[in-house]
Amino acid sequence: MSSLTILAILLLVGIAAFFIGRTRSIQVCGGKQQTLHSRPAYYGYYLAILTALPAILVLAIWSVAERPVSNYLAMRELPVKVLEGSNAQRSLTMGVVDSIATGLPKLSADEYEVVRKARLGFVTTSDARDILSKHGVVLGSDPEPTLIASAQKLASARGQSRFFLLITCFLVAAAGFAWGYRRIHPRLRSRNIVERVMRGGLFAASTVAVLTTVGIVLSVLFETIHFFQFVSPMDYFFGTVWDPRFATVGKAEGQFGLLPLLWGTMFISAVALMVAVPVGLFAAVYMSEYAGSKVRALAKPVLEILAGIPTIVYGLFALSVFGPMLRDLGFNVGLDISASSVLTAGIVMGVMIIPFVSSLSDDIINAVPQSLREASYGLGATQSETIKRVILPAALPGIVGAVLLAASRAIGETMIVVLAAGIAANLTVNPLEPVTTITVKIVSQLTGDLEFNSPQTLVAFALGLTLFVITLALNVYALYIVRRYREQYE
Amino acid sequence: MIEQTASLASLTGDAAQKRLRRRHAAERRFRFYGIAAILFALGFLVFLFASIVSQGWSAFLQTSIQLPVYFNPAVINPSGNPKDEDELFGANFVKLAREALYKDLGVDAKNRKDRRAANQLLSRGVDVQLRDMVLRDPSIIGKTENVWLLANDNADALMKGSIDRNTPNDRRLIKDEQIAWIDTLVEASNMKTRFNTGLFINGASSSPETAGLGVALIGSFFMMITVVLLAVPLGVCAALYLEEYAPKNRIADIIEVNINNLAAVPSIVFGLLGLAVFINFLGLPRSAPLVGGLVLTLMTLPTIIITTRAAIRAVPPSIREAALGVGASKMQLIGHHVLPLSLPGILTGTIIGLVQALGETAPLLMIGMVAFVVDYPTTPLQPATGLPVQIYMWASSAERGFVERTAGATMVLLAFLIVMNSLAVYLRNRFERKW
Repeated sequence: MSSLTILAILLLVGIAAFFIGRTRSIQVCGGKQQTLHSRPAYYGYYLAILTALPAILVLAIWSVAERPVSNYLAMRELPVKVLEGSNAQRSLTMGVVDSIATGLPKLSADEYEVVRKARLGFVTTSDARDILSKHGVVLGSDPEPTLIASAQKLASARGQSRFFLLITCFLVAAAGFAWGYRRIHPRLRSRNIVERVMRGGLFAASTVAVLTTVGIVLSVLFETIHFFQFVSPMDYFFGTVWDPRFATVGKAEGQFGLLPLLWGTMFISAVALMVAVPVGLFAAVYMSEYAGSKVRALAKPVLEILAGIPTIVYGLFALSVFGPMLRDLGFNVGLDISASSVLTAGIVMGVMIIPFVSSLSDDIINAVPQSLREASYGLGATQSETIKRVILPAALPGIVGAVLLAASRAIGETMIVVLAAGIAANLTVNPLEPVTTITVKIVSQLTGDLEFNSPQTLVAFALGLTLFVITLALNVYALYIVRRYREQYE
Repeated sequence: MIEQTASLASLTGDAAQKRLRRRHAAERRFRFYGIAAILFALGFLVFLFASIVSQGWSAFLQTSIQLPVYFNPAVINPSGNPKDEDELFGANFVKLAREALYKDLGVDAKNRKDRRAANQLLSRGVDVQLRDMVLRDPSIIGKTENVWLLANDNADALMKGSIDRNTPNDRRLIKDEQIAWIDTLVEASNMKTRFNTGLFINGASSSPETAGLGVALIGSFFMMITVVLLAVPLGVCAALYLEEYAPKNRIADIIEVNINNLAAVPSIVFGLLGLAVFINFLGLPRSAPLVGGLVLTLMTLPTIIITTRAAIRAVPPSIREAALGVGASKMQLIGHHVLPLSLPGILTGTIIGLVQALGETAPLLMIGMVAFVVDYPTTPLQPATGLPVQIYMWASSAERGFVERTAGATMVLLAFLIVMNSLAVYLRNRFERKW
């Protein structure tokens, strides 16, 4: 029985408990509801919570723990040779065991008998393979008997786990129900209890964000450490050649130098900022200092739409329109511009981040006190002189924060560069040539049918961690600056 | 006295006038830069939309050829038993379509070269088209029916004008002879471009004329459902806790900083999280919309939390105090007043989060949503793609037909986003309350 089915049943049981609890509360007060501490519905919620909540928690923990535990049990059946082999080999073997185990419960009794005999060596294992393939389990080669034994263990562990899970869940639910039912009493402060549980629920929801961060850091860090078992950190961080040859499982052939990718990322982001910062800043200044309500009503939505367009659309535009256009333009003036040059990706990305620069700068410029402006006008400065000499210097820290936030967007941006930047890692300072970025390589290392435990795929996690650390540092610093700046004028 | 005159002269003299003119010119220039920046953004936007629409509008049309197809029992059902689905499945339906075409065009069926040239007018998808007709209604076996059959990609391109008739014959993908046939067919109004329903219904296909967004739309729908079911309750609960209960201490601070930072984490990192946790650790299937939905949930959560908090903060203190004054508990205050009053704001924030999630591509690439899926998924655990992922996949295909389809799919995506955004704006204006 799947966890979802059990969950649905538990929820139904909980609803039933609600009605029973409500009825019971009216019963225990003899129909005089004013003697109850809380309104009857709260006694219903009380009983429902006691019945369903502990059981659902058990279900959740069990469902998460089931896989590692049963895999551990199955792994113990494997021969020492496999266990002592490399991590990659072991996970490959476990993959086969896993798929056999998925097939086993689908077999009829006769077929199961054949598989069992194959394990004991009475019939050839290719018979077992044929039978399994009839049930949708396709194996690359005939399974060794030890694998079948391990798979049997896994299948039986899974079956038993499901059985005991069902029993445990319903025992817990029944116990909770019985205890709660007996405690229903006019003096039971059920509303307070229910509200405390609800408050706990709200708190739990607010920790999801923290858990996500922890999850990101742990999962990426774990795989990165795994990666550094194949490739030394020195070669990764200071290598100048990116050439991860797709070698056989578990071998670190090829070179995994981060520097060309980092350079490409920075180069494209720099071009993007060169487009976005002047345009965004001038747009923000114009909108907050000059524009009448009509111009604002036109310009604000334009910038909002630019921010709302999915990045895949920008990427497609860069790939199919802007890149070829730039190339033809270069051809006409005698420049050799590659269709996937730094300029293509950089300019389109720059347009994408204009709204980030402009909306934050707009806020920040508006936060500059009016008195500064008026003092400047009073001295006879023109409006543009006021802006250049007074407002922008006063707003500078905040604007720097906005630019840093935009830079972190540009560095983490994926789809534009996947579609419009180059594939080959290239240490060049020529903006007319293609370069590649960290995000492009994360995508290209992880899409495709690759064995998960090779450095070629694991490097994607190391790149992801690098990206995460860079953007996080930029964000934290930028938010710190912006906050300090706001406090200054409050 | 002398000094004063001198300084006055410096304010009114020729040099001063010149300086003033220069300063005013600088003022005008500065203003112009501002306008130029806004016009640049506007121009880029118009250019982007125009180029996508000009490339993509033709994807909504598809050329078909009307032919009287004789459902020859000798070809498709030699056993004479229309219940034999295996036989119908394996039958050579292309032959039926081709024979009808030869007859209609007067092509000599013995001339191999002519036959091949004529065959190239029809899509490879006609066999599925005819097979589905027969499987739906086996009684048409033995009859002749007028059927609109899909034309080939190149014939379609000619009809839409993207293949130039003036190109020399040997450099054109479609030959003189074939153009002559097409002209006869068009004249008899047996060949025309019609609205392309297949674009919205079909699954993945290697030939552009039969490729569609069906699977992608269903996949995106499943993902959006997952996001709504998970992100909205989680986000609203988290926002309520942070606004109403959270004590001013370290833990609340950490949660707060965390949410702000999470909103700025690159989306591709969420994809890595999904791959490592949901697929490798929890063992959920690859390419499943459920996993995509979970990843997008984590991504949209900060957006929903931030907008919901703003909506909750906008509820005036007078209402809170009135409720508490008549003896409501904190939870009753939230349930009876705060939530209902901030509902429009929460709804707007939810739609904005959904818009973000619908257009997001990068994390979906990480969890294997780049898949060639032909059949509709019936549950969120079966393989599917998503709308933006489909655009990405088509953008990487070279055929002419896919270029227009990529832009067409982009138009579909943008249409969804525009509708959802307009809904958010409408809700905001309709229900916004000024206290």
